[in-house]
Amino acid sequence: MKAPPFTYIKPTTIDSCLQLLAEHGDEAQVIAGGQSLMPLLNLRLAAPSLLIDINGLGELRGIDHEQGCVRIGALERHADIARSETVRQAVPLLAAAAPHIAHVAVRERGTIGGSLALADPAAEWPAGCLALGAIVELTSTRGVRQVMAEDFFQGIYETVRQADELLTAVRFPLAGASGEDVFAFDELARRRGDFAIAGLALTARRAGKALGEVRLAFFGVADRPLLARGAMSAIEGRTLDDVAISAAAAALAGELDPPEDPAYPAAYRRRIAGVLLTRTLKRLSLEAQHGA
Amino acid sequence: MEPDSDRRIVLIVNDEEVRAEVPVRRNLVDFLRQDLGLTGTHIGCEAGACGACTVLVDGRLARACLMLAVQADRATIETIEGADASGRIAELQAAFHRLNALQCGYCTPAMLLTAAELLRANPSPSRAEVRDWISGNFCRCTGYQAIVDAVMAVAEGEAAT
Repeated sequence: MKAPPFTYIKPTTIDSCLQLLAEHGDEAQVIAGGQSLMPLLNLRLAAPSLLIDINGLGELRGIDHEQGCVRIGALERHADIARSETVRQAVPLLAAAAPHIAHVAVRERGTIGGSLALADPAAEWPAGCLALGAIVELTSTRGVRQVMAEDFFQGIYETVRQADELLTAVRFPLAGASGEDVFAFDELARRRGDFAIAGLALTARRAGKALGEVRLAFFGVADRPLLARGAMSAIEGRTLDDVAISAAAAALAGELDPPEDPAYPAAYRRRIAGVLLTRTLKRLSLEAQHGA
Repeated sequence: MEPDSDRRIVLIVNDEEVRAEVPVRRNLVDFLRQDLGLTGTHIGCEAGACGACTVLVDGRLARACLMLAVQADRATIETIEGADASGRIAELQAAFHRLNALQCGYCTPAMLLTAAELLRANPSPSRAEVRDWISGNFCRCTGYQAIVDAVMAVAEGEAAT
């Protein structure tokens, strides 16, 4: 099908873009990579009267070290984030997550800002942001605000972003020097590139055989990415032995309440989430034992 | 600056400059096929899933059904016609032919462009890596095995006869 009629504008400055959003926010849609918006338009599931193309806004690009964090501009493409040396060194969880996003052509145009603003519950970046304690930057004519990832996602395709706000960047705080950074990412989808049945993103610091400062986010199992706080408590500061891993899996089963859906029953998603967690923790445990 | 319903665009398509005025809601694949007569790029789903519309935009694989023609203003586009004319996919084309990696041919232009980018990024992929890479290109005819065979044959340097 073809998209319904709309008008189109491509601002050349952030300020003019923000003015447009202030004026037209409710009937306008921002188009960045278009990899989610264009299917919605072509399937006529969305009908904005105005498209605001932000691809010309250079200030929205960049993968850079700032004080104590890595800043990724909203317009950075998934493929470029995956290829970035800065990301591979400082935020390797993102490089591990990227190959799971859709397919190669989609990754070459889709953007991290678009993914976060869309907030699909089965998407990879939102869960990665939760695990990394990321901070989302929202900008409007009213000013700039920084929102913690765990406060940003509100529901299916729902975030705290107001209609006049542009998601301009996301920042990933870097840990201090003590201890060793540990990360893990895993996802199960029926075919490569399909929406996740369930997935997890984990960050922690290794101290001997134990993991501390564990952040464990799941996606595909709720209406938004979730921090699995029960599972996190079960392993925080404890040696990753079979007892701890079982406790974590049990805690996870208790705290997940996936929606029923005809393709994948809630019980199945809950089970798969548990399998992914167990596999991940066992692998991390082996790595700790072998000093990997 | 006011919103437009039509816009003038200038772009390079297969090494030639193109100037056109297009409705803003026309997508790139329709522009290539209808306005420029470049029908080698196909439309399968118009939702970004099937990959039949794949072209190169500024050197990167892109779903032409998920771009507006106006977004290609000042861009450099290569379609299957351009890749064919350049000779850069000749080995892949010969291998596809020799190993029966196409039947109806609908997915084939996109498969060729996609496979060529894999071999550019990774000249010695494994079969698993080939499958992964072409996972966004659907084929209803061949069952993919012959396509993987053809890409591997080129990767492994077997000259097509």
